[in-house]
This record gives sequence, structure tokens and C-alpha cells, in this order.
Amino acid sequence: MTGATALAGLRPGPWLTFGIRRLARFAVSLWVLVTVAFLMIQLIPGDPVRAALGLTAPAELVQAQRAALGLDHPIWQQYLDYLGGLLHGDFGTSMLTGLPVSDVLGDRLPATLLLALPAYLVVIAVAIPLGLLFAVLTRGGRRRHTELTFTSTTILLAAIPEFLVAVALVAFFSVQLGWFPVAGRDGVGSLLLPVAALALGPASVLSRIVRVETLSVLGNDFVRTARAKRLPARLVYLRHALPNALTATLTLGGLLLSGMLAGTVLVENVFAWPGLGATIARSILQKDYPMVQGIVLVYGIGVLLMNLVVDVLLAVLDPRSTIRES
Amino acid sequence: MSELVFDAVRVRYGGRRGLTAVDGVDLRVPSGKVVGLVGESGSGKSTLARAAVGLSPVSAGRVLLGGVDVRRLPRRRPLQMVFQDPYSSLDPRMSIGESITEAIPRGRRRGAAAEIARLLELVNLDPDRAGQRPGQLSGGQRQRVALARALAGRPEVLIADEITSALDVSVQGAVLNLVRSVQRQLGLSMLFISHNLAVVRYLSDFVAVMYLGRIVEFGPAAQVLADPQHPYTRDLLAAAPSAHRSLFDVRADEPAVLADAEPADPHHPPGGCRYHTRCPIGPLVRTERDLCLRADPAEAAPSRRHAAACHFSEDETPGLVIPGGTGA
Amino acid sequence: MAKRPAGSWAAALRTPVGGFSAALLVLVIALAVLGPILWHDRAFSFDLDALGEGPSARHWAGTDELGRDIFYRVLVATRLSVVLALLATLLGVVSGLVLGTLPSVLPRPVGRLVTAAVNVAVAFPSLLLVLFFSVIFGVGTQGAVLAVGLAVAPSFARLAQTMAASIAGRDFVAAARVCGVGRIRLLLRHILPNIGEPLVVNATIAAGSALLSFSGLSFLGIGVQAPDYDWGRLLNDGLNGIYVNPAAALAPGLAVVLAGLAFNLTGEAVAGVVGVRTRATHPAAAPAPVARAAAAEDHDDAVLVVDNLQVAFPGRGGWTVPVRGVSFTVRPGEAIGVVGESGSGKSLTGLAVSRLIEAPGVVTADRLEFAGKSLLGTPERELRGLLGTSLAMVFQDPMTSFNPTRRIGRQLAEVSEQHQGLSRSKALARAVDRLRAVRIPAARRRARQYPHEFSGGMRQRAMIGMGLMGDPRLIIADEPTTALDVTVQRQLLRLLARTRAERDTAIVLISHDIAVVSQTCERILVMYAGRIVEDLPSAGPAATPQHPYTRALLATTLDLGTDREAPLPVIPGRPPEPDRLPAGCAFAERCPSATERCRTEEPVLAQVAPAHRVACWHPDDVPLPGPAGAIVTAGGAE
Repeated sequence: MTGATALAGLRPGPWLTFGIRRLARFAVSLWVLVTVAFLMIQLIPGDPVRAALGLTAPAELVQAQRAALGLDHPIWQQYLDYLGGLLHGDFGTSMLTGLPVSDVLGDRLPATLLLALPAYLVVIAVAIPLGLLFAVLTRGGRRRHTELTFTSTTILLAAIPEFLVAVALVAFFSVQLGWFPVAGRDGVGSLLLPVAALALGPASVLSRIVRVETLSVLGNDFVRTARAKRLPARLVYLRHALPNALTATLTLGGLLLSGMLAGTVLVENVFAWPGLGATIARSILQKDYPMVQGIVLVYGIGVLLMNLVVDVLLAVLDPRSTIRES
Repeated sequence: MSELVFDAVRVRYGGRRGLTAVDGVDLRVPSGKVVGLVGESGSGKSTLARAAVGLSPVSAGRVLLGGVDVRRLPRRRPLQMVFQDPYSSLDPRMSIGESITEAIPRGRRRGAAAEIARLLELVNLDPDRAGQRPGQLSGGQRQRVALARALAGRPEVLIADEITSALDVSVQGAVLNLVRSVQRQLGLSMLFISHNLAVVRYLSDFVAVMYLGRIVEFGPAAQVLADPQHPYTRDLLAAAPSAHRSLFDVRADEPAVLADAEPADPHHPPGGCRYHTRCPIGPLVRTERDLCLRADPAEAAPSRRHAAACHFSEDETPGLVIPGGTGA
Repeated sequence: MAKRPAGSWAAALRTPVGGFSAALLVLVIALAVLGPILWHDRAFSFDLDALGEGPSARHWAGTDELGRDIFYRVLVATRLSVVLALLATLLGVVSGLVLGTLPSVLPRPVGRLVTAAVNVAVAFPSLLLVLFFSVIFGVGTQGAVLAVGLAVAPSFARLAQTMAASIAGRDFVAAARVCGVGRIRLLLRHILPNIGEPLVVNATIAAGSALLSFSGLSFLGIGVQAPDYDWGRLLNDGLNGIYVNPAAALAPGLAVVLAGLAFNLTGEAVAGVVGVRTRATHPAAAPAPVARAAAAEDHDDAVLVVDNLQVAFPGRGGWTVPVRGVSFTVRPGEAIGVVGESGSGKSLTGLAVSRLIEAPGVVTADRLEFAGKSLLGTPERELRGLLGTSLAMVFQDPMTSFNPTRRIGRQLAEVSEQHQGLSRSKALARAVDRLRAVRIPAARRRARQYPHEFSGGMRQRAMIGMGLMGDPRLIIADEPTTALDVTVQRQLLRLLARTRAERDTAIVLISHDIAVVSQTCERILVMYAGRIVEDLPSAGPAATPQHPYTRALLATTLDLGTDREAPLPVIPGRPPEPDRLPAGCAFAERCPSATERCRTEEPVLAQVAPAHRVACWHPDDVPLPGPAGAIVTAGGAE
């Protein structure tokens, strides 16, 4: 309680508090997510089983399926069963194939990660240096034409949704040039186009955010202080401007990064990539609700983890954020 | 009828690690008089003002206007406020006329145009400006509009919170003259808040000095300034910029512990006397005065001269310079 | 700040991006209205001679497997695609606005719950929300509109919420509350109008994204169902035959991109105009130097020689020159105060002599020398070491002048690492030592802390300590105490005075407060409208101010001796804008003793007594009332 303002950055106290609080929030969000995923099936108007099996399905079959899904139990019982099942890794059973949903998830998730993780790396590796570079080049209203080119290019690239980029890449590189396979998962070559399609838009948006944030940081008093110390420009930008620009970028860009997770859905469909995205689209069309529920849950957890990582990064980069937490 | 009284008012923000911005303040603004409130930033002066008009939550005590708890008064109270920053206190999307109209009680809206003209003239602005937006006015002019808006509510009590601190010196004087003439003309009771002792002194009949959420000294302006009882008041007087005194001759007699003493943290006010961490007549300098560490001087304050919250307020205090410098 | 919405939209149209995107938007909307009317038949006629063919003269984008012309199908699909996107946006914006503004009207606990729900939802990417909702609402057009609309809602609610909260924190809302304005009226009359413009801009951008999500959804087969078709649907069909006819996939794709861009760019263009105005200006050449003022006195040992200094910035109609021919000399150990109101050019003078004015600002001078070295001709690289160790700066706002993400000690140590070749640990040890020198208690521990853990006064002391890392010959302090309380101000001014006494460091103290300056400095430069109008000692026989502005400034400055019964003296009018300076003396307009000559001919700074220069045609040498006639405010001791 004493000397709360004197929280030194690396003493275990505030970090422990921060960790516990952040994990608690993660747990609560997770519970909300699971509950919402559970409610999804309950919210479907009418009888989901009837909807899934079609109007012509015999009544006994519908009844049997309802029983298998536990839909004839009272709702609280279903909820508890669902929670209990999840704790044991039981995500339910596919209404279509009869396979455990968890098996399908375990089968498909690695493929999705194989796309998403390299795409993240590409986005970060491209956007941060590019944004910083163009901020420095165009600071204080310099090089109007460079600025215009940069801004319009990035806006243009950001406006093309990832599945269209994917289609265009396929049309050019695979159909015209025949360099890469049109679809499927077949070695490193098959990875290039999907990753590029996934990364292009977010990289443009992020580099624009980095530029804008860097520019606004460059207008700050402490940058003037750094210049008054006569530090070489390199240090002023890398040591003083960049870390501050990154904290602001992360706050804004966190959503962008979790948005890429959703982008995989579309890109996987274009490339017939055997991941979660291709599966969820098919499952929605085929009304395989337990499957959809399971995949939504996995994506949701991915988003929560992403936000957790962003928050931790923010806490590391910005010493003030740990104080705000506690 | 239009006396404003703070009765043991306490304002607390936040939960466990919260901040008690105002801690048991008793203060009376007598009818038709001006009470000046001085103190450093973070001392709670603005919070106290905002508590009176319902912008800060009063967690204990009462604010009375003419003997009635302000929370029981109707929404349009005869108690108005002028804010510090004239650039943010007027809605940029409303004409000044519209801003003022909003403050005119519903019953008198019919003759609003005439009323606006009257108010603008009262604050020395051309009534033709009623259609202009704040963006077209200078800081000083905006502050006049803010005053006109406050007066539109026909207040009996006016609170002025640092109304000149955002203005240039050459404009400050005009605004102060205006506030004073309006106050006298309308017989308003006024709580005038400023960190600048010279400004407070010029305008006020009484002066209250605030430190870390408490009033530490209160009395008629001339008396408090001529014969300050609390060491903090004396420090404020000594630090007030004045062309008469040079800062070159760093006073040799000032102990180093004081020269660089840090202001206390309002989140963790020191125990005993809140000023003991900076006090030139307290335990830092006179080690035998451990009373200041143990006992809160606020309790016996009403019986002391100027209600000073200091155990040693009657003591002689050698080595301290009273403003006006060498002549005193 | 208070720009009318219509004005900014019009201004946005005039930018190249804005004009282009608005034209695009008009085209898209025209296609949406006219497309089905004009080309419905052509889009539905089956050309049995050309089933699933590539582009040809007859079918620009080829045909689908039933022989329908893809180009016309894309044009006709505009209406459905745009209408659905707009419907979804409308739904999202309205529900978002309701969710976002409800908390400010609802009772607090309910409002908090709504806020929390929005905060959770906003963390999820909209496509996931769309998929989630489309499971509930079912596959098909109606379900997709609901899904896309509701997915837009949380982020819009968040936006409305944060913007409303920032407006609600402004003083004018508090003032309205004090006037008795009720919650609903506050929301409708004060908050919504002030967030309206950015909300419209964001809604435009949101329409673009809704269009994209919709086509994505249709592409997945979840959105529009056959026989209806929108761009996404066409794209999905086209992808299957991509080997035969890539155009069948690319044409609808291009349409989606163009329409999406039309919305996005229009929004961005307006946002750009509403935000910062950075209109490109290309002033012909640097401004011509102004009439030469009296040359600075020559001193061989001078620390700083400034002769005819000018600072100019490109403005809308040409160059604005906020500093116009300033000359002064600073000798070792001298303390000089620069006084003036806001806009007088005093801070720019400080920045210019320390070479901190960046392009597009232009600094010129006949002479600008620090420690015998010219600051204007010499390249930055050569000056770095000298300026880094011998010239120290202290800025106004201690809260923002340190880098919030680096420890104080490191920020000080940087100076020695860079300019004195010290190792990291040695530099840090020196930083701790310097913090001690500026009397920061527990310096070793404090050096490891971040700026936000320091109080304002302590940060300013650390800033001085940073200057002391080298061996400064000059400290330029720009309003160093303005943000601080009087007691802290006194501590800091004393620290400066002590530093000066110990090291013979010269000080230039820039301040709006003539009392602070005359209390701290031996010589005072009074600035008005970019010029020095008077240069006088603060004590001694020559200390009687002669310029009417200096005298007025002193008269208006309140102090503890001001006569309480008399009204305060007032300077009528206000300073001229730097881009609209009158001919003649800039103060003539407000000056009681101005004559015709003052309005036509600008006075130069001329010697009136030893160590006393005045730029006035009618200097007034009658001593001011006050002790010994020195530079003091009216009224003496009590």
C-alpha cells in the first residue's frame, strides 16, 4: 500500500498482480465464450435437428438425433453436460459423419496454424519497418508525392479482401504462369500464395497505422528533447519514437491481428486448404451444428489468446500500462 | 439567503486505492462576499467547486445554499460556475446566443433575445455577436461569454474556477475587472478559485488556503495576508513571484531538507499534520516537535486564529519573510 | 475545430483522392440504380453458342456455363450487392449507436453491463461474428443482412462510446449540466452533434467493409442464394472455372474492390480533412529578410551571438514570419530573460538558436554563433558534440518532455554515451551523480524509475540534470515553471540560479511572466509580435522601462502589492496575427502614445542608455511609481 507510485518496472509485485488479473480476465472471457457457443444452438429458431436433417426425415430419426445431442434434457442440464464434456476434451459429435468433433479439430487446426503463423510473421516483419521508414520520409509534411503514393497504395491494398487477393494470385501465378498449385496442401510451394493473400491486406493497414502513430509520436515533446540531446537521427527514431509508436500501434492493431484469424476462413476456401476455415463454411451449409460450435470455440480461444499476447506485449513495451492494470 | 456553506464535505474517488480529494472541508461563503480559495494543483480546490455544483460526488457532508442542501434544490439552481478553459467550456457547434439561451430558465425563454443582448452588454460584448460561434472569439472574449452564460441562470452564488489562468496577462486584467464589477453590481456571493495568490488577494474579501484536501487557514483577506498563521500560507506568500525580490541570493538560512522537499502524494497523505513533510517550523527542522507527526491539528483549528490547522500557529517564526519583503 | 460538416466534405472533394473516390461512389450508385433497368435482359439471355467461354468481342468477360454474359451479370449485380451492404450498415450503425450511447442515459449499473458486453464483442473479428450470427439466422439473404449488420454493431458502439465519453468529459458539457440541462438534451444537443461528423465518416467506411463481408459471405455460399446473385455469388461461380475463364472470377472481384474502395476512400478523404489539415503549399522562395535591426554588440567571449534572426514558416498565402530580426548577445554566466505574450515569438527564438526548428520552418540570421561556432553554416554532424555537451535545454511541460518508455537514468546516460564516449555503466553512474547534483533524493533508485513515477518538479530537475551531463555553457529554459506550483517554481528557479553560480553557465529564461523573469535575470528582453521591443537591465539606474508595451505589461501584472480598490490597468485590443502584421510599429494599434509615424514606420531597436535598447518612436523615460524606480510593478510593499 505504501509508495504505490514507486512501482519499479521489474519488481515481481506489479508483474504478479498484472499476471493474475490478466489471467482472471482471460478465464472470465473464456467462460463467456463457451456459454455463447452453447447458446448458439439454443438460439437457432425452430428445431435445429429438424432443420439439419430436412423436412422429409422420419420422426424417429429426428428423435434419435435429438436424444444423441441431449436436446431433450432441460437447458441447464444440457449446459452442465456441455461444460463437463469440454473439460474432458469432448466437443460433441458431428451430426453428419458421426465422428467426434475433437478429432476433426485436431486434424484441421495444424493446417490453419501453418497458414496463420507465417502470415503473422510476414505482416510484422513488413509493416513495422515500412511504416517507420515512410513516417520518417514524410514527417512534417515533407515529400507530399511519396506520402500520396504510400497512402493510396496501402488504402488500395487494404480494400481488397483476402479472398479476392487469393483469387487474383491464383489467376496470375497458378493459372497464367503455372508456378504454384491452384489449390490443396502440397509442400512449401503451396504455402506461398495463401500466406501472401492472408498477409497483404493486414500488412498494408498495419504499416499505415505504424506510419501515422510514428508521425504523431514525432510531434511529441520528448522527441524534441531527444533532438536537443543531439542524438543521431537513427537513435531518435529507433530508440525514442519507435517504442512509443509501437504501443499505440498494438492497441489499434491488436484487432487487426485477430482479424487475420478470420481471414484464414476465406483464404482456405479459395485454396481448398484442409484447415478449419474450409470445414466451418461447409458445416454451416450442411447445418452440422456441433461441428460449427466446436470450430467457433477454437477460433474464439485463438482470439482470446491473441488479445492476451497483445496485452502482455503492451505491458512490456509501455511501463505505464502495468500501473493502469493494478 | 444566498450564503454558500460547505459542511464537512468529503469527496472520494475510486475504490480501495482511491483518492480523497476533499477531506472534511468546512467553508462559508457569506452572502454578497467573495471568498478566495488558493492552493497548489492537486490540493482539491477544483474538486470542492465541482462538488458544489454537482459535478463531483459528495461522499460525506453537505453543501448548503441558503440553508438548503443543494441536492434537494431543483435542477436549475441559483448556483453557477465559470470554468478554467474558455476553449473547452463552450460547445463549438452552438452559437454563443444558443449557449446562453440554454442557461436561461424555461419560464423566461420568451424574451430570450433581449435577455441575451442584456447579458452580452453586461460582460462588455457587442450583442450582435450572439450569432457567432466560439471559434470566432478570442480566449478573453470566450471567457466573457462563459460569464454571461453563468449569469443567465440568475445565480445568487457564482463559482469561478481558475478563470484567468488560461489567459495572457494583458487579457487577465480585463476579465478580473469585469468579474469584480459584475459581482458588486449584482451582489453575488462568490467562491473565487486560483493558484495565484496575487489574483485572489485582489478580488477577495476572505481568503481560504487549501492543502491536500483540507482548508488550513481562513480569514479576512487583509488579515490572512498580513499575518498568516499557517506555515504553508507563509510559504505561498514567500514563493509568490514578485519583482521586488531577487532569487539570486539563495537564502543560506533555509535548511536543505526544506529546499528540495517534495510535495506530498495526495493518494497517501502523511499522518498527523499533513504539512509536516515540508514544514519549516515542523519536525523536519525542529526535531522536538514530534507532536506534528502524531496529532492532526485540524481538530482544534476552529479555536485558533484564522482557524489555522497548525499546532504551533501562535508561535513566533523567525527567519521567515513576509511578502512585501524588506519593509515588513 | 468547429468546422461545419458541409465545409469539410466539400474540402475533401477538392483533394485528388477525395475527388476520385467521390466520382467512383457516384458511378457505383448510378450503376446500382440503372443496372437492372438497362441490362436485365442481357444478363439473363442464354447464349447457347457460347457456354462457359472466355472473353470475346461479344462477351467481354466471357460467359457462364449456361451461356449468360458475365460482364452484364456483374453490372446488374451492383444493385443487390450495394443495397444489401447499405441495409446491413444501417442496421449496424443504428444498433451500434443505440448500444454506444445508452450507457450515458441508462442507470449506471445497467449502462456498465452494456459497456462490458460491447467490450467483449468488439474483441472478436467481424467475420467470426458474421459466421456466428449466420448460424443463428440461417443461410440466405435475410440471415446474411442480419449477421453482417449485427457484426458491425459492436465496433460502432465502441466508437460512439469512446467519442461520446471524450465529449462528455469536456467542460462545455459540465457547464451545461451546471445550467440544469437534462441528460437526454445533453445527449441530443451537445454530444451527438459533436460526434456526428466522425460517425458519418466511419459509417461510410463501414459500408465499404460491409460490402466486402457480404461478398465474402456469398462467396462462401452462406449469403445470397441462387437464383439471386450478387458479386460474391458470381465470384464463387467463377472460381470453379478459373482454368477455363479467369475473367469470370476476376470481373466480379474487380467490381467488389472498386465499390469497396469508393466507400472506403470517400470516408478516408473526409476523415483526413476533418482531422489534420495539411494542404500542400509551395511557397515560391524563402521570404526576403526584414529591415535590419541594430547589430548585436560584439563580444569576443560571447556564448551566444544572435544577429538579425528570422524564423519563417510556409503558410497558406505565403510565408509567415513569427520571428522578425531578433538580435542579442549572451555573455558567459549571464542570465537573460525573454518575456512576451503567447505568439510573441519568444519560444521560437529559443528553438531557433538551439537549432531545433525543423523543416518546413526556415531559420536565417546574419550571425548565429554558439561558443564561437556558426550554427547556420556548419553541418549537424560537426556540431553534435559541441551542442550535446555545452547547450542544455529545459522545456515547458515536464509531463511530456521525457520519453515515457525509457528509464530516467538511461535517458540521461544517453548524452554521455553519445558525446563523451562513456560506456553504458559509466554513463549511468554519471547520470546518478547528476541527479544527485540537482538534489533528487535517492538518486540511484530514482534513476531506475520511469518518468511517470516522478513528480512534475522532480522531472524538471531531472531535465536540468540531463543538461548537466555535459558541461553546459548555456541553458535555454523555455517556460520551465509554467506548469508547476509556486513553491515548486521557486525551488526550480533557485536550482537554475545555483547552477549558474557554480559553473558560470549562462541562462536564457523564456517566460510569459515578467515578475518571474525580473526576479531571476539581470537582463530582460521584451518581445512583441516577433521582435525585441526593449532590452533592459532588471535592476539599477537603467531599469526604468521606456517602451509603452513593457510599461503596460508591468502595469497589468498583478502582485501582492496591487491596489485592491483601483480597477486593474488593461491593454486594449490584442496582438496582431503573425501573418497579418500592420505596417509600422506592431504595437501602435494598442498604444496610448502612438502617432502617425508609428503607424507607417517601424522603429528599430536603438540604444537609449548604457545597456538599454528600445524600439519605439516615443519612449517614455518617466520612472514608474515604485521603490527606487527600478523595474517593478505599480505599488510597493504593504
